[in-house]
Amino acid sequence: MNKKIKVAIIGSGNIGTDLMIKVLRHTELLEMDTLVGIDPDSEGLARAKRLGVHTVDTGIDGLIAGPNWPHIDVVFDATSAKAHHYNWAKVQAFPNKYMIDLTPAAIGPFVVPSVNLDSLYSERNLNMVTCGGQATIPIIAAINKVAPVQYGEIVASIASKSAGPGTRANIDEFTETTSKGIVSVGGAQKGKAIIILNPAEPPIIMRDTVFALSVGGHPEDIRASIEYMVAQVQSYVPGYQLNQEIQFEQIPEDQPVFIEGLGKCHGLKTSVFLKVEGAGHYLPSYAGNLDIMTSAALAVGEKLALQHFGASSSSST
Amino acid sequence: MQEVYLQDVTLRDGMHPLKHQYTRDQVREIALAMDRAGVDAIEIAHGDGLSGGSFNYGFGAHTDWAWLEGIAELLTHAKLTTLLIPGIGTIDDLRRAKDLGVSSVRIATHSTEADISAQHIEAARKLDMDVSGFLMMAHMNDPAGLAAQAKLMESYGAHCVYVTDSAGALLMQEVKDRIDAFRGTLNGNTEIGIHCHHNLSLGVANTIVAMDAGATRLDASLAGMGAGAGNCPLEILIAYLDKRGVAHGAKLLDLMDLADDVIRPLQQRPVRVDRETLSLGFAGVYSSFLLHAEKAAGIYDLDTRELLIELGRRKMVGGQEDMIVDVALDLSKAKN
Repeated sequence: MNKKIKVAIIGSGNIGTDLMIKVLRHTELLEMDTLVGIDPDSEGLARAKRLGVHTVDTGIDGLIAGPNWPHIDVVFDATSAKAHHYNWAKVQAFPNKYMIDLTPAAIGPFVVPSVNLDSLYSERNLNMVTCGGQATIPIIAAINKVAPVQYGEIVASIASKSAGPGTRANIDEFTETTSKGIVSVGGAQKGKAIIILNPAEPPIIMRDTVFALSVGGHPEDIRASIEYMVAQVQSYVPGYQLNQEIQFEQIPEDQPVFIEGLGKCHGLKTSVFLKVEGAGHYLPSYAGNLDIMTSAALAVGEKLALQHFGASSSSST
Repeated sequence: MQEVYLQDVTLRDGMHPLKHQYTRDQVREIALAMDRAGVDAIEIAHGDGLSGGSFNYGFGAHTDWAWLEGIAELLTHAKLTTLLIPGIGTIDDLRRAKDLGVSSVRIATHSTEADISAQHIEAARKLDMDVSGFLMMAHMNDPAGLAAQAKLMESYGAHCVYVTDSAGALLMQEVKDRIDAFRGTLNGNTEIGIHCHHNLSLGVANTIVAMDAGATRLDASLAGMGAGAGNCPLEILIAYLDKRGVAHGAKLLDLMDLADDVIRPLQQRPVRVDRETLSLGFAGVYSSFLLHAEKAAGIYDLDTRELLIELGRRKMVGGQEDMIVDVALDLSKAKN
């Protein structure tokens, strides 16, 4: 017999809807209880009703006032940074409930499942960084494990169609939050993040490139560490893959690069070309950026279910 | 008589051919000489805008702040300008530039993505800066579509919106159609700008076509110093404007001297129309890809042209320099 815990998702947009479908179909540890929105006519809430999911159209207050609230253990927040501050203030008052934050609010610590989930699951509010962060921080961490990373840089290219209004209205949040995560979770001394929207038709599949400058390090160690990490991420994001062979370039001491905040640097430059193909649960498969966020959040939810609520799966060992 | 606003880009777009390696002394000397020679505005930044220094685009010899520091105080009339690409630079970077005396900024997005510039244009207005929207890769959107994007930038507060032919791919009629669409869509007091690349040898001609259709802000650089085959060469544009009797404040002979005596000797790779830069214009590829593509072609044993043409076929946009090596690896695999 497997035991599931009940979850609610706040936010009935693309991310919330995709996450709902994942909870319904792809986990034996979580039970989809309520989808919470603020617009009774939203497509997401209509879909939830069709799928037999309980809905609330009056935000977190409506959820807390409703009959299902006492049984909900984990709340995913797929709204906005501003709304998350409000939502967390409400949920925080209930000491046995946990929140997984998919907004850029970053009230709680950054969590990247393959890197630091094991040390963070006792936190009651966990932040999912950004889509680009979920794709690239594991690679920075993998390199840093075998060769100290002085500088980690990532370039995320996403299809214009997969960038929602929230991302578009506040693109600095992506670059700033991802840069911080490269340092605090990835372990680089300095981080930089770049995001590009590409409107090509048919839409491009999400691409992420990681450039890391490490102090020394052997290409074969770095390659092995990255390949191991890619397999770890694939365990919860099946469409995550290396698109090319990992490339290496020595930056010699007499031809250093000048990096703002670090000065003249040399060492081994590693270039990693990633592709993130979405599972196509709600948005089409090009929207890997959306899929990696919801897949990572699902992995965090499962960890909380196992650690705090004694959930168990019949199929897992 | 019509009057034009001459925006020099030698110290921003002109960073590309030098791999962003101008020294601080060179930047100061060139900026002061341009000010004396009478241009209206001088743009200084990494070629990819504030905080463009990176593995992806190339690290600069200095930070933007080091290049900008102490320049505004020395200029007698020219406006100190910079460029910011949302997704690369941030509003914090803009504030820092403003504190260093930058009074005018261009906020650049791909030709279909104007809405990611809203917060940056609004921030520039709050900082009391002159602000232009800069719609890059203008050949990848049709005139009406591009004008609708320009209208968005105007709604966020842009004083001016540019048709930015980053790939140097627009034909003369295509430039005219886009400026006409802007004029028909934007408010009468919103200015229109033109930024050309010389890849099809049309840098000067396209600038003039735009001016005749109503563009008042003209981008140009000494000796065309800029990405790909360069920008509209400033000294040639001035000679043309003089012959036409268009009013401006620049001194032709001084600009000729600067172009030949100061700028051309700095060019390690000549900035000119040749098979590689012509391929940029022909294939509609972001001009800044040039040196990165030449390097990748060398490493992976490819013809730079086939790499550029494939990048164009895959509809890569400005900023996707990381995809140059990715595509080079694909082409190299296909060969072996």
